[in-house]
Order: sequence, then structure tokens, then C-alpha cells
Amino acid sequence: MSIRTLPLLFLNLGGEMLYILDQRLRAQNIPGDKARKVMNDIISTMFNQKFMEELFKPQELYSKKALRTVYDRLAHASIMRLNQASMDKLYDLMTMAFKYQVLLCPRPKDVLLVTLNHLDAIKGLIQDSPTILHQVDETFRQLTDIYGGLSAGEFQLIRQTLLIFFQDLHIRVSIFLKDKVQNSNGRFVLPVSGPVPWGTEVPGLIRTFNHKGEEVKKTEFKHGGSYVAAPKEGSLELYGDRVLKLGTNMYSANRPVETHMSAASKNLASRTQESIVPNPLAKEELNLLARLIGGMEMQKPSGPEPGFRLNLFTTDEEEEQAALTRPEELSYEVINIQATQDQLANDELARIMGEFEITDQSRRNASKGDDWLAMMDEL
Amino acid sequence: MFRRERSIPLRGSAAALCNNLSVLQLPSCNLTHFGVVHGPSAQLLSAAPEGVPLAQRQLHAKEGAGVSPPLITQMYESDGSVMVYWHALDAGDASLVQAVFARGIAASGHYVCVGTWAGRVLVFDIPTKGPNIVLSEELARHQTPITDIATEPAQGQDCVADTVTADDSGLLCVWRSGPKFKLLTQIPGFGVPCSSVQLWQGTIAAGYGNGQVRLYEASTGTIHVQINAHARAICALDLAPEVGKLLSAAEDTFIHIWKLSRSPEGGYIEVEHCHGECMPDTQLCGARFCDPSGSSFAVTGYDLAEILRFSSM
Repeated sequence: MSIRTLPLLFLNLGGEMLYILDQRLRAQNIPGDKARKVMNDIISTMFNQKFMEELFKPQELYSKKALRTVYDRLAHASIMRLNQASMDKLYDLMTMAFKYQVLLCPRPKDVLLVTLNHLDAIKGLIQDSPTILHQVDETFRQLTDIYGGLSAGEFQLIRQTLLIFFQDLHIRVSIFLKDKVQNSNGRFVLPVSGPVPWGTEVPGLIRTFNHKGEEVKKTEFKHGGSYVAAPKEGSLELYGDRVLKLGTNMYSANRPVETHMSAASKNLASRTQESIVPNPLAKEELNLLARLIGGMEMQKPSGPEPGFRLNLFTTDEEEEQAALTRPEELSYEVINIQATQDQLANDELARIMGEFEITDQSRRNASKGDDWLAMMDEL
Repeated sequence: MFRRERSIPLRGSAAALCNNLSVLQLPSCNLTHFGVVHGPSAQLLSAAPEGVPLAQRQLHAKEGAGVSPPLITQMYESDGSVMVYWHALDAGDASLVQAVFARGIAASGHYVCVGTWAGRVLVFDIPTKGPNIVLSEELARHQTPITDIATEPAQGQDCVADTVTADDSGLLCVWRSGPKFKLLTQIPGFGVPCSSVQLWQGTIAAGYGNGQVRLYEASTGTIHVQINAHARAICALDLAPEVGKLLSAAEDTFIHIWKLSRSPEGGYIEVEHCHGECMPDTQLCGARFCDPSGSSFAVTGYDLAEILRFSSM
């Protein structure tokens, strides 16, 4: 599948994460200066130049586990902490929101507009930091440089790659159910009305030509939907009317961020398949992951600034309850090197994995990569 | 008018790939085989006439040595029981920014054509007996990834087209199969992928990413009909050759059935809309007629773990 998908996946999921964190920080009445620091720290880590360099390299999509690990790190890039249950819920919301956006994009290229919508909004969340603003603008330029010239066929492949990544995820999100964009079975509503994509004609016309290319007949047929022509094309400029609303912030201070945890997808066969078959690419993926996260410059909580815990639920009790009742098939596993080693039956691979062994050196001396690996083992 | 028949459950939901449903009818044993791609595996299942599922099998891509699996084509018996052949491609000339994959497959006479990401069409020669499948030729006309290939039984004469290949740029190449395939004509694209293509009695039906279906005269490449058929990208086209019916399915949740005919005056191709059906909230990815007279069809959708079936009343 497409090897240009990761940046789009990462930036859009990251954007959704920031929308939700911003909403929760306000709903939980976190003091302004702390909230500002958290948002700025996370955004700055996300758009770090080294990190972006790694991200934009042509590569296959990471597994769901690997990607979740990246967001775990990102969410903890500042003085804020999230419990497992809240992190799970955050990730559920992020993934379902972007799945919805990809599915509803009128044309495959519109996923670029969705990404720009996220970037526009992220810039609005940055406070008093021209440096971070500049980082985001740099990423904007990289995006339009690489994706601005891709063909419709390449975008279709990207879209298909994204949809395959999100296949079989049917978590019900409160805000989607209320807005009637998601059905109670977890499937998204696909409207059959509204503007057609840019470049598509309104269905209903049959034109017949003779061998000289002259139109000889024009007939109409009943399509079944009620579509209208597209008004205009969304802009890919740094500042411009994107036209598309997908990817803009749907959370305001008053809208709750609930999810329903009954697994709508009963199809477990495909998921168990994923975990049983030992992944021969485990080492390759770990390498990529290490390089990617190695590019993240984490702000260590230094000085007198005390951390705080953010709760994605309305009360602590709710959060505890959610952790206990989360269905097995929906548990996200953050990559644990030891567990991966145990899982691999193949001696050869286990030997290769042994190259990642953590020695008992003080963290100050270890390189960034080892530092990360050590922290992962402690999760 | 069509009524909904019993769906056939799938072990895994269909992936969002175009042309993601194959149907093989075996009237001699009263069986129909269905093929759907789930992700890294393809599901083959056989069903009895009322759609009663009989057997289901999953086929996986053969793991190659090394970190990047080599591109592989795998051929099996029609029920998936035995792999009879596999072919690994040299992906060495792929630049680092290109995804490497195979897409598009069709049989013409004793040739099987398979498309690749580089725009090549591999032609395999299948012997009537024995496992000696050989790569006979590599057609190198397309510059962008192949999307679909269509064939129809040769009409006998030398210059009659029996194979059409389509790609991501919308370019269509029309061929005459043989020990050396002959390019008869080319139909340029217009900036939109041609996701699905069919060939019937010298008429090419092509479905595009902008929801249009276009019909061309295969021998000359002249366009004869342009249908603004769908509001989203077309994912599949199929033909019922006995009656000249065309089925189009798109990501807009609709399928449409069209009747193709030749006008009595000019002899040029004409199209009439017969039927439309909406699959609510389902982004379709595959559609096929289940019999050559077009009296029944089947449909797959992204995230849907069943094959939807319809038959005429």
C-alpha cells in the first residue's frame, strides 16, 4: 500500500488529540498558565524538526500498537499525566474521529484539506510562541511540497491505506451519535445528498456521441441521491478557505467527550490473527519507532512546576470503572520489549531482539534511544 | 426490480480496495465461488444456490525471505485448495518513494495478465495440462500503476481487441492477445484513475474516480457514451455478457444497472438505465453479476463482513 501515508495519519490523529486535550483542560478548570504550557509543550514536541524529518520519510504505516506508543509518549511530553483508562479513551476518540473524516472525504485529495484544517486549528491553540508557530508553518510547507503534486491515483491509494488501517473499528462516540453522523451499531452515516466532490458532475446524465464525436443524444436517469454541484475547490495555500469542514474542531467547552464501550464489532477472528502470528518485522518496526521517538525532544518536568493528572472522564470513579470494564478485544497494548521477546517463538528473532537489552547504566549516560527503551519497559 | 436475498457471512470484513469481489459460477456442480480481500489475506468461499455457505478458506501471501517481502503473484485451484504457482517480482527498480504491489488480473484464452505498480502487465501462459506456467511477456505501455484488466473471448479475427488494461492516470490500452500481445489502440486519461474496466462485443466500459462511466469503441478508441453515473469514485464494474447488462458500483453507496445496445440507425453504442439500488451507509468496494444473464448480483462493502446478494423478481 502507499508509503506516503504516515505523516497524514500522524498529523490528523495528533490534531484530534489536541482538540480533546484542549477541551478537557478547560472542562477540568486547569489553571491557564499550566494549560498553556501543556499545549505548547505537546505541540512543540509534535512539530520538532528532527521528528518531522523521520516522519516524512517514505515508509509503511506502523502497526496500531506502535502508533499508540508514539501518542502515549506525546501525551506525556509535558507536566500532564493520564491514567491508562483516560489514555485509552483519548486514543479511541482520536481514531474514530479521523476514521470518520477519511470516510467522508468527498475526493481522496480532500484528506490533505482535512490535514490543513487540523494545522490551522493547531496554530490557534499555540499561545505566545512564535517559535512553535514557525515549526508548524514549516511542516505546512513540507506537506504541500510533497502532497500538493501527488496524482488522484496516489491519493486514492493513500485513502485506501488509511481505511485499511481503520478497518473494523466501530467504537461509538457520544458526540457522533448525538449529531447523527454515527449509527447505534457504530457505523458512520454516509449521506446521499449535498455537494459532489470537486471534479465530479452531479449524477443523472447520459450523453451519447457518434463516431465523429458529436453529441447526438442526451437523456436523464434517476440516480437516487439528491446532489448539487461543488461550490469551489478548497485552498492549499498557507492561509485560505479550505471549504471542507472535516478536520475542524468539533469540541466546544460544553460538548462532552464520551464513548460507549460495548464492542460493536463481534469479528474477533481478524484481531486474534494479528496477535498470534509472530511479527517478523518486529525488529524493523522497533528500529523505526526508536528513530522516530528519538527525534522527539521531551521536555523533562524540571523546576518547581508540579505536574497534574488529566481525566478524560467526568469523575475519578468513572475512570476507574472504565478501566475495569474495558472489553478485552479493545485493549491497546503499548509496546513492551520484554513481552515481545517472550512472544517470539523463533530463536533467531529472539537473538536479534537481544541486541536491545537494557543495561543497568545510569540514565544520564545512556543515549536517547536507550532512554526511551528503558522507559518503555517500565510501563 | 430486485429483491434482497440472504447475505453470505465473511470471516473478515472487506478491505477498501476496488474490484474487491470475484465470482466464479460452476453450474456443473451447482456451486458459486466468491473471493474477497480482507487485508493481508484473501477469503475464498463457496456457496450453494440459495447462498448457503458451504466452505470458507483463507489464503495468505507467501512470506518471502528478507525484510521486504518480494512482490508475489500466487495462483491456486479455484477452490483455493492447492497453490499451483507463484511468481516473485524483482522490485529492485522501484524508487524508494514508490509503493510496490500487484493489482489487476484477468484471463484471456490461455493467458493470465497481472498488473503491477510500475505500469507493467505480466502475461503468464497457462498450459492446458500440467503445472508449467511461464511468464510469457511483460507489456510496458503504462507509466502509472495498473488498476484493472478486462478481457473477452477472442472473436476469431486477427485484429479484434480482446484485452484492455487501465491505470491510475485513466489511460486505457487495447490489445489483441497472443504469443506476442499486439497494442491496437490507446485511450488517454483525463487526470482521474480508471478504477474498473470491462469489455463486451467490442465495447469498452470504463469506470472512473470521478464517478463517470464511459463507453468506447474498442477498435478505434472513440468515445460513444458518457454517463454521470455516481457521486463518488466507481469501485467496480461488471458485465452480464448474455444480455449486455453493465453493473456499476461506487463509494456513494449506490449500484446501477445499465443496458447496452447498438442503435439501429448508426450502429453506435447506446445505454439505458435499468435499475438503481442503494446500500445505506455502505461504501461499496466490489460488485459482480452472479450469472451471465444478469438476473442476480452480489456486492461487498468496506467494513462489511458479509456479501450482500440480490436477485430479480
